Order: sequence, then C-alpha cells, then structure tokens
Amino acid sequence: MGHAGTLYWLYVTFRKYLVLAGVAVFAATGDPMLSYGMKQTGTVSLHHLSSLFAAVLNPWVAVGIVLLLAFFASYMNALSWADLTYVLPATSISYVLLALIARFALHEQVSWRRWLGIALISGGVGIVAGGPARTERAQARNEHLEYPPFAKNAKDGAPSASYEVEL
Amino acid sequence: MRHLYTWGAILVMSLASVVGDVLLARAMKQVGDVHALLRRSGLWIVIGRVLSNPNFFLGVTAMAAAFFSLLFALSWGDVSLIAPAAASLTFIGNALAAKIFLHEKVDSRRWIAAMLVATGVALLAG
Repeated sequence: MGHAGTLYWLYVTFRKYLVLAGVAVFAATGDPMLSYGMKQTGTVSLHHLSSLFAAVLNPWVAVGIVLLLAFFASYMNALSWADLTYVLPATSISYVLLALIARFALHEQVSWRRWLGIALISGGVGIVAGGPARTERAQARNEHLEYPPFAKNAKDGAPSASYEVEL
Repeated sequence: MRHLYTWGAILVMSLASVVGDVLLARAMKQVGDVHALLRRSGLWIVIGRVLSNPNFFLGVTAMAAAFFSLLFALSWGDVSLIAPAAASLTFIGNALAAKIFLHEKVDSRRWIAAMLVATGVALLAG
C-alpha cells in the first residue's frame, strides 16, 4: 500500500466512523426531543388516536422527527456497507448520550441501577466496533481480514468489493 | 398498570424494530455500498435504487409501527427507560434474526456483547 493508498484508507476509515457517529448522535438527540414534546401534549390514549396526530404538530415533536429522519439516512448508509450486528452495537454510545440528555436536559431521575445498566450496554456492545464490519461476504479492503474473502454471493447484484482503489 | 402499558409498548416496539431492521439491512445489502454507488452513478440513482427495493418499503412499514409504539410509550414513561430497554431487546432479537435471516457470522465477540446487553436490560427494568 503506497502513500496514496494509506491516505485513501484514512479517508475511508474516517468516513466510516463519521457515519457511525452520525447514527449515534441523531438517535440520541431525536428521542429526547420527542419525549419532551409528548410530555407537553399529554398522555395519548388508545381511545383518542387523533391526539397522536395532534402531537406531530408540536414543534419539539416536529424537530424530533427531523432528527430521526437524519438518523434514518445515516443508518441506511451504514447498513449498505456493514452488518446489522455491527452497526447496532457500534452506535451504542447513543445510550450514554441519551442518559446524559435525560438527566441534564429533561431533568429525569436516572438511578444508579439504570446508570449501571446503561454502562454495561454501551461497554458490552462497544467491543464490537473494533471488529470486522462485514462478515457474510468478501471483506472490504479497510477491514481486518478475520474471515477469508469469498465470492459466494457475487451474483446477488451487490458489488462485493466495495472499496476498489481508484487512485 | 402504567408499567404494564409501558412494557407492553416496549415489547411491541422491539418486535416491530427487529422485523424492520432485518428487512432494511437486507434491502441495503441488495443496494450495495452507497459510497461506491454514489461515486459511480450519482445521488438520484442511489435514491432510486433504495426506493425501488421492496424490502425497503416493508422495512419502513415495520419501522413506522415501531415509531408509533414509541410515541405511546413515551407518553407513559421515562425516555431513559424506554429507549435503552427497547433498543437493547431489539439488539438481542437482531443478533438472532441477523444470524438466521441475513446469514451474518455472529461470532463470540458479538454474542458476549449481546449477553452484556441482556444484563444491562435487566438492570434498566429494576
């Protein structure tokens, strides 16, 4: 791998973690916005489903929905080059962000048990992020080669060698 | 009763999320790496490919069901309980579903993570 190859690897790695960070941040900020808005609109009852649609008009709920759409776009992006069982744990840092937002912005009571649970979740799933992103077909060039590349699914229509170096 | 409603909504939400996640993951695997596709064909081709994938639409429908159960749950309970609890249950369900339906290699590293998450969920429920 020459100089240009190293630069390209850095670019792809940076882009990978940028997309994963986007998934985490948008997920963590979207839900509290919805929560805050829903607390303003009051309890949604099964007998008054129309109140659910009225809730969408609340500005906090509306911003929350926009953030969740941004989450969705980055999530789809990540799923196009990584496994589902990689993307979900790798973006688990959102639980920590969520707990901090719930505690300091929404002033909800977060008990030590819940803090421990959140720590276990993010710690446990965080170890996955360093592993290979894709396992069911040929590894992308920037991944650890823990699984031998194979071309079994080459006819799926999806390009398996995604990171053809064009430099 | 409120707790029962909250946990009921969490369960419905998790189930809908697993179905949605697996369908969306399958759709995006069929579409292929969007960065490579973006460089080759441009944004509109990428959007067109994603939107014309039937798995994508089924997945979005399941996600919409999950989203409305989230709205119900949030009006009954705290976000710091609901969001991690539902997401963690979804994570465990996804590990199983990804292995069965997407043929992902869920190795020991990923299973250990799943067990730690399960412990975390038990703590969240307390």
